[in-house]
Amino acid sequence: MRHLLSAGDLTLDEATLVLDTAKELAQVGGRSVKKLPTLRGRTVVNLFYEDSTRTRISFEAAAKRMSADVINFSAKGSSVSKGESLKDTALTLQAMGADGVVIRHSASGAAHRLAEWVDGAVVNAGDGTHEHPTQALLDAYTIRERMGRLDGLRVAVVGDIRHSRVARSNVLLLNTLGAEVTLVAPPTLLPVSVRTWPCSVSYDLDEVLPKSDVVMMLRVQAERMNAAFFPTAREYSRRYGLDGDRFARMPDHAIVMHPGPMIRGMEISAEVADSPRSTIVEQVANGVSVRMAVLYLLLSGSGSGTGN
Amino acid sequence: MHARKHADDGSQSRAVLEGPEIDRALTRIAHEVLERTKGGADITLLGIRTGGVPLARRLAERIEQVENRSIPWGALDITMYRDDLRLAPARAVGRTEIPAEGVDGRVVVLVDDVLFSGRTVRAALDALNDLGRPRAVQLAVLVDRGHRELPIRADYVGKNLPTSVRENVTVRLQELDGHDAVLIGPARPRAGRAPEETATGGTGTEADR
Repeated sequence: MRHLLSAGDLTLDEATLVLDTAKELAQVGGRSVKKLPTLRGRTVVNLFYEDSTRTRISFEAAAKRMSADVINFSAKGSSVSKGESLKDTALTLQAMGADGVVIRHSASGAAHRLAEWVDGAVVNAGDGTHEHPTQALLDAYTIRERMGRLDGLRVAVVGDIRHSRVARSNVLLLNTLGAEVTLVAPPTLLPVSVRTWPCSVSYDLDEVLPKSDVVMMLRVQAERMNAAFFPTAREYSRRYGLDGDRFARMPDHAIVMHPGPMIRGMEISAEVADSPRSTIVEQVANGVSVRMAVLYLLLSGSGSGTGN
Repeated sequence: MHARKHADDGSQSRAVLEGPEIDRALTRIAHEVLERTKGGADITLLGIRTGGVPLARRLAERIEQVENRSIPWGALDITMYRDDLRLAPARAVGRTEIPAEGVDGRVVVLVDDVLFSGRTVRAALDALNDLGRPRAVQLAVLVDRGHRELPIRADYVGKNLPTSVRENVTVRLQELDGHDAVLIGPARPRAGRAPEETATGGTGTEADR
């Protein structure tokens, strides 16, 4: 594992190693000195071409807890607004000696291209509608912490699958980890390629809910929509939103997840989002541990990958 | 390349300490700890992963038998504090378990199986520093094989074992390997420096390289 570009690149052993490492590193968050010297002298660049709150702060906190030097780069206020290409920006980072680059970009595949241009490890922090592997890892971590296992769990991913990089990464990773994933969305919000994904598909949330151990709600990504994918927000919410009534029909042990940012009242009601069976805040906390684990495994060693 | 698996299992290694001798050494160390700390009122034993952990537990049990009260003990993982992380692929991280009393104001006795270069102990001191501020830190080891590379010494030693740098010291413990023994043998070829602690079954193989 030299880069983390796709959740599908991880084998079961690698994914489990990341989750196990994250569990040990989570202890650091509870100590008075929330810092490890492990990545001292290493430089991590956060290259964010797209807006992000959670992911950027989470990567920054993770790198800092491991004592790496962090350089934050956002497209606004940089030479990108003067027309610099991704490749030239990459070469600049290369010349500055970045050991790791965390990239968020609106174009699918940007992280893969970047990995060809720089020597350091590249971590995909979301590329367009393609992938967001660290989100999938933190979701898997959260599920494992709450449910005790992943193997054999039934996970429903509900909402705007078509524009969601989180959905694709989660399907790939959860499948590797042995969970059964069902995607639930209106036909217009499913990607064309969905039949090649290792999961099943349903259009009916009410049918899937009682059979799910984990329900992951996704935001409707209006900013990526260039056409009308459903008649009205109200109609979408009635058919695919998780409200109190639907929540009551879920199994008692089932949990509700959301990668954020969430639109209360649209895909999830406030009452569900704030319930003790919702893991939304935990997911954010776990994100730091999981990203620490990823940075540790990619950057701490001799660079020849992970050992056992 | 021939993998001579049996080499590590004793055909070329010889045992320098057997089960009963290890027992006696630990009992002696337990008494020395009590003597030196004047009854061990606020001691905490911390075993350095992996070999030191069962030893810390055994020492705690022995002290408990003598003093008739419970002695807090735990485990310290020093992976993130090693000075050679860049020389090998990323290592799996172990669990640090600190007893509820914490380490602030306590007399912490670090416990390890083999004291060699002293680099593990250096890392353990750094790790401890991030966990709190002990009143004092002491070091107990089952075997001191010499060849220190840092100004570090043990307060309690089970056995001083003069070795050549080229030799290989392996500590086998009941809890991890099924039997107790300290073996000394010729150096294993270490091309590429495989992660040594788990390499060929022995747990405490020169834990502080």
